Amino acid sequence: MRFRITEYFVPAILVTLTLVFLTFFLVLPLVTIFVEAFSKGYQAYLNAFNEEYAMSAIYLTIFTAAIAVPVNTIFGVAAAWCITKYRFWGRNVLITIIDLPFAISPVIAGLIFVLAFGKHSGFGGWFVDHNIEIIFAVPGIVLATVFVTFPFVARELIPLMQEQGSLEEEAAVSLGASGWQTFWRITLPNIKWGLIYGIILCNARAMGEFGAVSVVSGNIRGETNTLPLYIETLYASYATVPAFAMATLLAALGLITLVIKTAVEWKIKYDRSKG
Amino acid sequence: MSIEVKNITKTYGKFTALKNVSLEIPDGKLVALLGPSGGGKTTLLRIIAGLEVPDKKPETDICFRGKSVLNAHVAERQIGFVFQHYALFRNMNVFNNIAFGLKVRRGKERPTSSGIKQRVMELIGLIQLDGMENRYPDQLSGGQRQRVALARALAIEPQFLLLDEPFGALDARVRQNLRRWLRKLHDEIKLTSIFVTHDQEEALELADRVVVINAGRIEQDGTPNEVFHHPKNAFVMDFLGNVNLFHGRADADRFVYEHPDTKNGTLERFFARPHEIDLRPDNPDGTCFPATVKRVQLAASVVKIELLDHNSKEIYVEIPHEEYGKFQFKVGDSVFAVPKKPIVFKEDYSI
Repeated sequence: MRFRITEYFVPAILVTLTLVFLTFFLVLPLVTIFVEAFSKGYQAYLNAFNEEYAMSAIYLTIFTAAIAVPVNTIFGVAAAWCITKYRFWGRNVLITIIDLPFAISPVIAGLIFVLAFGKHSGFGGWFVDHNIEIIFAVPGIVLATVFVTFPFVARELIPLMQEQGSLEEEAAVSLGASGWQTFWRITLPNIKWGLIYGIILCNARAMGEFGAVSVVSGNIRGETNTLPLYIETLYASYATVPAFAMATLLAALGLITLVIKTAVEWKIKYDRSKG
Repeated sequence: MSIEVKNITKTYGKFTALKNVSLEIPDGKLVALLGPSGGGKTTLLRIIAGLEVPDKKPETDICFRGKSVLNAHVAERQIGFVFQHYALFRNMNVFNNIAFGLKVRRGKERPTSSGIKQRVMELIGLIQLDGMENRYPDQLSGGQRQRVALARALAIEPQFLLLDEPFGALDARVRQNLRRWLRKLHDEIKLTSIFVTHDQEEALELADRVVVINAGRIEQDGTPNEVFHHPKNAFVMDFLGNVNLFHGRADADRFVYEHPDTKNGTLERFFARPHEIDLRPDNPDGTCFPATVKRVQLAASVVKIELLDHNSKEIYVEIPHEEYGKFQFKVGDSVFAVPKKPIVFKEDYSI
């Protein structure tokens, strides 16, 4: 039998290349975060959290996500529902608009809010006149985060609901169910795994968003600093250990998200293969 | 009249699915809406159910037992709808699928949970799926799913039962059995029912009345016997079974063959069903239609013979086995065809 070089070497080379690439660009940076965070010992790591500003950044990040994620879940489900279950004028425009936050740079997204709600626009001027702070304050951060994370839930649900069609809903309605009953008993159980997946991704992005938030925040320590912004500030002032200590939180969030995402994907696949 | 449909038109953009259709469904009957796909029959069924809205026209109306339901929502119309692909709730087992319509009722109308259980178990018995109430739709065969879909529709004690291609997705044998079972069930419960089908055999075998629909219009509405033996037009005749087209000269009460070269008056078009054609080996008075045997199929309840006429057009003939035994035509033999019951239609229609 003739020895065929392609049979062995091509897969081996490709696998090696992939592993090397992944090591340099994913594993090493991730390990570095933890190594740097613990480089001055366990106590130094914990001290980083013993800061007023650190706690307020963590609190603000959770607060922002706690608003952005439910809001986008509700709007995402509603948008996916009307896009997949109805045919109406402007439907394709709506699909495009949902993708808008993915298409434009987060920094530009932040800028849009600064311009729209700033004191120079008529709209923003009204808020300024009534002493309602939006830009360089918490509402602006929440708005920017909601905008940037808007597509995640809807994007996850639209293909899923398109594939499922609306026959089951029609059947439910023909049996006398109201719109709400149909949604809670038929639609929601059918989309639950896709929905959970969308929420996880939305949450990860909401907590990790830097660009848009940094533009609208004004970076006031202890007031408008979210975790990613706080890390940036620490790092810029050469406080390496606290910066990496904070970064471990976001890295851990990312890892947990990945685990849940994999579990959900596995569960979806399992359900499909069963059905 | 149970259901009255008056002047229904339905357009989708530039496509007209139904053109001014009116229909009356008598009480307790099993009615088939028969026609080719894309002809508008499913649209009509969905409009009756309230799943589609007809075009707004002043003369349009839908009445259930004399009361207009044109503006009533699907949920208020109290119809049992059986979907073509069952549309069972995949996240619920058989019991909960059937119980759904009862569980979503509110207030006084909602039966007690023991009442629901009793009703559902009764229906599971009726569809002969005893012991399977905990199975999920993906653990059932096609025929079983179809019966669950039917039980689910019957659970709400509907005024009418509407079935969209009820056996469309099943294989031939299951289809046969389920068809007979449905007919038996209908004879027992006497629920006014409409089903949509594109299978003429199914419509003729199952229905008390057949409504033939094509290109958004009703072509004919009558008993299976009427539509089969007295089709109103060439479309109905063609759709309800094989049919042969002949050209002949009218001569007293029949049509006779005339050689294309002799220009003796005009030739007329007429139709004859395969089983209404006699075959003979000779042509005593010269009036029979000459042809050649192309194919003989003996493996059926009748002998099916394919002929080619003088223009090389196919003619399908079905004769009983004992009749075939007399002459035993072989492939290549010259034969003469005698249409026994020629049918003529005024309007033009090409097959």
